Amino acid sequence: MKDTDIKRLLYTNLLCVFSIFLSIFIPSFFVDNFSVLEAHLTWLCICSASVTTVNLLSYLVVKPNVSSKRSSLSHKVTRALKCCVCFLMSCFLLHIIFVLYGAPLIELVLETFLFAVVLSTFTTVPCLCLLGPNLKAWLRVFSRNGVTSIWENSLQITTISSFTGAWLGAFPIPLDWERPWQVWPISCTLGATFGYVAGLVISPLWIYWNRKQLTYKNN
Amino acid sequence: MRKVSVLLFLAWVCFLFYAGIALFTSGFLLTRLELTNQSSCQELPGPGPLPWGSHGKPGACWMPSRFSRVVLVLIDALRFDFAQPQRSHVPGEPPVSVPFLGKLGSLQRILESQPHHGRLYRSQVDPPTTTMQRLKALTTGSLPTFIDAGSNFASHAIVEDNVIQQLNSAGRRVVFMGDDTWRDLFPGAFSQAFFFSSFNVRDLHTVDNGILEHLYPTLDGGSWDVLIAHFLGVDHCGHKHGPHHPEMAKKLSQMDQVIQGLIERLENDTLLVVAGDHGMTMNGDHGGDSELEVSAALFLYSPTALFPSVPPEEPEVIPQVSLVPTLALLLGLPIPFGNTGEVMAELFSGGSDSSHPHSSALAQVSALHINAQQVSRFLHTYSAATQDLQVKELHRLQTLFSKASARYQHFLRDPQEAEAALSTLTAEFQQFLRGARALCIESWARFSLVRMAGGAALLAAACLLCLLASQLAVAPGFLFRPLLLIPVAWGLTWTILYAGVSVTTGSKIDLVVLGAVAAAGSLLPFLWKAWVSRGSKRPLAPLLPVPRPVLILLLIRLATFFSDSFFVVEARATPFLLGSLVFFLVAQLHWEGQLLPPKPLTMSRLGSSAPTAPPRHSGAHALWLGIGLLLFTRLAGLFHRCPEETPACRSSPWLSPLASMVGGRAKNLWYGACVGALVALLVVVRLWLRRYGNLKSPEPPVLFVRWGMPLMVLGTAAYWALASGAEEAPPRLRALVAGASAVLPRAVMGLAALGLVLLLWRPVTVLVKAGAATSRTRTILTPFSGPPTSQADLDYVVPQIYRHMQEEFQGRLERTKAQGPITVAAYQLGSVYSAAMVTALLLLAFPLMLLHVERVSLVFLLLFLQSFLLLHLLAAGTPVATPGPFTVLWQAVSAWVLLATQTFYSTGHQPVFSAIHWHAAFVGFPDGHGSSTWLPALLVGANTFASHLLFAVGCPLLLLWPFLCERQGPKRRQPLPGSESEARVRPEEEEELQEPLMEVRLRDAPNHFNAALLQLGLKYLFILGAQILACALAASILRRHLMVWKVFAPKFIFEAVGFIVSSVGLLLGIALVMRVDVAVSSWFKKLVLAQQR
Repeated sequence: MKDTDIKRLLYTNLLCVFSIFLSIFIPSFFVDNFSVLEAHLTWLCICSASVTTVNLLSYLVVKPNVSSKRSSLSHKVTRALKCCVCFLMSCFLLHIIFVLYGAPLIELVLETFLFAVVLSTFTTVPCLCLLGPNLKAWLRVFSRNGVTSIWENSLQITTISSFTGAWLGAFPIPLDWERPWQVWPISCTLGATFGYVAGLVISPLWIYWNRKQLTYKNN
Repeated sequence: MRKVSVLLFLAWVCFLFYAGIALFTSGFLLTRLELTNQSSCQELPGPGPLPWGSHGKPGACWMPSRFSRVVLVLIDALRFDFAQPQRSHVPGEPPVSVPFLGKLGSLQRILESQPHHGRLYRSQVDPPTTTMQRLKALTTGSLPTFIDAGSNFASHAIVEDNVIQQLNSAGRRVVFMGDDTWRDLFPGAFSQAFFFSSFNVRDLHTVDNGILEHLYPTLDGGSWDVLIAHFLGVDHCGHKHGPHHPEMAKKLSQMDQVIQGLIERLENDTLLVVAGDHGMTMNGDHGGDSELEVSAALFLYSPTALFPSVPPEEPEVIPQVSLVPTLALLLGLPIPFGNTGEVMAELFSGGSDSSHPHSSALAQVSALHINAQQVSRFLHTYSAATQDLQVKELHRLQTLFSKASARYQHFLRDPQEAEAALSTLTAEFQQFLRGARALCIESWARFSLVRMAGGAALLAAACLLCLLASQLAVAPGFLFRPLLLIPVAWGLTWTILYAGVSVTTGSKIDLVVLGAVAAAGSLLPFLWKAWVSRGSKRPLAPLLPVPRPVLILLLIRLATFFSDSFFVVEARATPFLLGSLVFFLVAQLHWEGQLLPPKPLTMSRLGSSAPTAPPRHSGAHALWLGIGLLLFTRLAGLFHRCPEETPACRSSPWLSPLASMVGGRAKNLWYGACVGALVALLVVVRLWLRRYGNLKSPEPPVLFVRWGMPLMVLGTAAYWALASGAEEAPPRLRALVAGASAVLPRAVMGLAALGLVLLLWRPVTVLVKAGAATSRTRTILTPFSGPPTSQADLDYVVPQIYRHMQEEFQGRLERTKAQGPITVAAYQLGSVYSAAMVTALLLLAFPLMLLHVERVSLVFLLLFLQSFLLLHLLAAGTPVATPGPFTVLWQAVSAWVLLATQTFYSTGHQPVFSAIHWHAAFVGFPDGHGSSTWLPALLVGANTFASHLLFAVGCPLLLLWPFLCERQGPKRRQPLPGSESEARVRPEEEEELQEPLMEVRLRDAPNHFNAALLQLGLKYLFILGAQILACALAASILRRHLMVWKVFAPKFIFEAVGFIVSSVGLLLGIALVMRVDVAVSSWFKKLVLAQQR
């Protein structure tokens, strides 16, 4: 492991953080009185699109995995289609899980689904970019001693922090502070966003701090 | 003897918690001191002469009587808006069609045609809004405290001065008809009385029809001075149907006819009072302090002119207790001694003395002065008896009263002053009266901080004890007896010391303090010994061995007790935390590689070459268990009852009884669904027992499961059919339906008791087969003739062929070893403990289902399915084949407690008194219980805490289930897994066969088994104790919170009673497991003796 790899990871993650900030401030120039809380659904779509775009571009440029042996166009198209199908299945699966955890079944369906889309953007899109639509690789990364590179370690940390942030975002909903963000699913989406940003910032620092103890099989 | 030690230790820990709860409760729920002084006509309330100078004459009292007769019509739960007209205030708005509006038309007609004769008020009721507290307030004028709300079962006579007693002292004849609660409150106080049972809240007509039978004849008879009629139909209609129901409109119309009939019959010297004792919520309940509950209607009418002015546009709001001094003075009686109400001065404007220029204002001031004198005397007497009242405020009020009284006396001597002085005096007297009332309200909610702190400290120490002892229990060399005897000896020593000190100093021995001293005295030596032994043996052991995510969840759970917002949504927060714990369990299994188990390294010695199943098939087992558990948790959340603090929430309509449904087709469909859930529950348990071979032996419990439980299902279904269709039965079948409604629930409960007795008598359901080795040939029983024609036939035959081949193989193996010809095969030893536990839980569930409404049977089915899935999920992460002590994981106990709390809410309960299902007391006893009160309390308690009881009794399953699921490990890929596990007497054959031992492994290590049971009980008590400690701390810290009596105090009471029920259930469950263990040991001894013979 070299410090240059950690720096590249840090720059990539900071670029993702920057994309989230852009999704907050850039629409203010085009739409009057744009607010994350008042136009929350619109902001969810913009945030999801920007994070997906930055993830795709950064992984295409950095290319942390070099496991693709075949470079034919049909293989790439098939792989891209598989990734899209995995993303959609992930959105639907998260929607079902949210309903099982107490989200309303009939009301606020669009809001719940958009929350699932955003959380899938924070968790499934990096998995697809780094590991591809290979379920076995996913299961390997999220088990004990399963990571093989700092990119997979960062992926693990950001995914867990995104889920933790979304989970913690549910707790202010019952309180009677009467803030505008204390409704479903705004507090959960904000929690997921904060968790994702925290994971992006913490994972390079944590890897750098523990770089002596971290040893991977391929390294 | 070790089993008895385990039970005694757990009982001692429960006693520590009980002592802490009792000490905290005695400091938190403080009662008001009740004075027994009496007012009398001969003794004036204060110094100075009366303005009319009639003192000393025979029959004279504080004030001359304005009316010689009063008719008091008390319509229970008559909310204020029930007396409102249906017209809308907005001219262009169409009238709102609410069933209860505009039904009391006679009141509106009186107010329009005779504005000076009648007046409608909005009566402000003090919480708690239960009928007995309101009756006390309406007769004494005092403020009942919170602790009285719990004594609704055991009414007792009012010892304070009250209007009824004053009427009797004055020789007036009081006739009562209606609610029988008055009989207990005022024993022997009525010259004539017609009482009707009030407890059956589903009966809308018995009390009211009984009153109507006697009301008009008594009224026309004339042998009465005060006639009181207490109608209950409106209240019961609210409980049964709610205010928004056509039945409420019919009931209010009936009340309107009663009032109209009374108005037509009144004579000139009679006052008519129509009052509600409290209101009701949107669901038709009462007991709390919501706006709808504290709002009641009050209507006063007299054939002669009573009010100097016309009614205001908006009715005036007055405190309910204002009726007490007003009625007393109008009747020429003294005001009750402990009254804190303020007279309604406008009723004293008219008088026969019209020659005086300021007679109207003077009469009002005189009434207020008498009222103020009485309250001042009461405050003086009360402050001399106890130090409750705040001294500074008391002095300020007395100074205010002294000045106003002096000016009043001066005015009497010099009546030439202007009327403005009288207005000032009126305002000052009213200010004094309202200040006195506020002073009492503020003082009588005082808390004893020393007792509260002591109780909380005792609870915290008991939790620490559970934590330490649960670690020591599995340590090697742990001895139960000496560690238990020394604390008991210390406790007795401290108790004797405290009793001796109390006797010598002459103070009264307080049982609560005595229990607390015994608990603390026995607890501290144990903690010291445990800490010393822990420090010496394992200095590096962590104090909190709970896994970190489970600890975080537990802390979040405890933190929610400090927020009233989370109290309101606890019914949804608990499934959320349970789902989070399930997610953590599945993720932990995946993280440690157990979600996709590795390939087995050792093959069976039998050399079976079964085809290898795909690894993903068994790997996703835990994942599907988690998803199924989340789905069932979500389904159970559909049965929820909304708390009063969420107006936007809609309660589940499925929690109302089937009798309240109006459509016949929907009712039949729901009835079919309820009976289907009942049958499904029985079938699921029977399939589970059959799978482990527990239904083959001729033991009495097995016969009961085969024949007795279907009878219980039939009895329950028949009772539900009668209950849901009772009102539609033809009249000639009413007697038969009533008789069956009493017999069927008793039969079901009798069958449950019989089943439990049989289970305790013969808990081992083991089938023993002894046969020679030469008799290996056996015929295969077939239910068909000829070749098999369907898959069901194959499923029936193939296991027999497999067992036949297995026995042949074992016979050949034994012959090669040249062993004895006699072998013994015992079936279903692998689940001998779980089978008894599951059977006991089912026997408990059927009577508990009977106490709930019909559709809650679906919740009970979900309860069993959720428990099954949770136990399987927990078993997947627990190793059982490792040597060493058995242990139960902390996440298992935490999930079990969360599931119990979630089921408490999904069975339609809330931790508030207004949400108690009182109708459960009449299951099996539709005609009442005679004079006993413990039987309805037992039935209502079983209904409320059914989930606590079931999960506490079933807690040992957390220890047993991992051993039960052991068979799924090495023999996962058997194509036809056998349903028996055979235990051999000879150990050498046992090693060779390598069969899973399942629960027999517990039997082989009795020391580890007892230690594991003790650890399980301590962990369960720790989590329950932490919850109640959090409730106590929340009630202490937030004792001045606006919602303390609304949210935190009822929550603490429900948690305390739930803890007591859960701890008793836990002891019973562990005792049942120990009983099975004793039976299994004796069975093995008999087997060994038979083998030796």
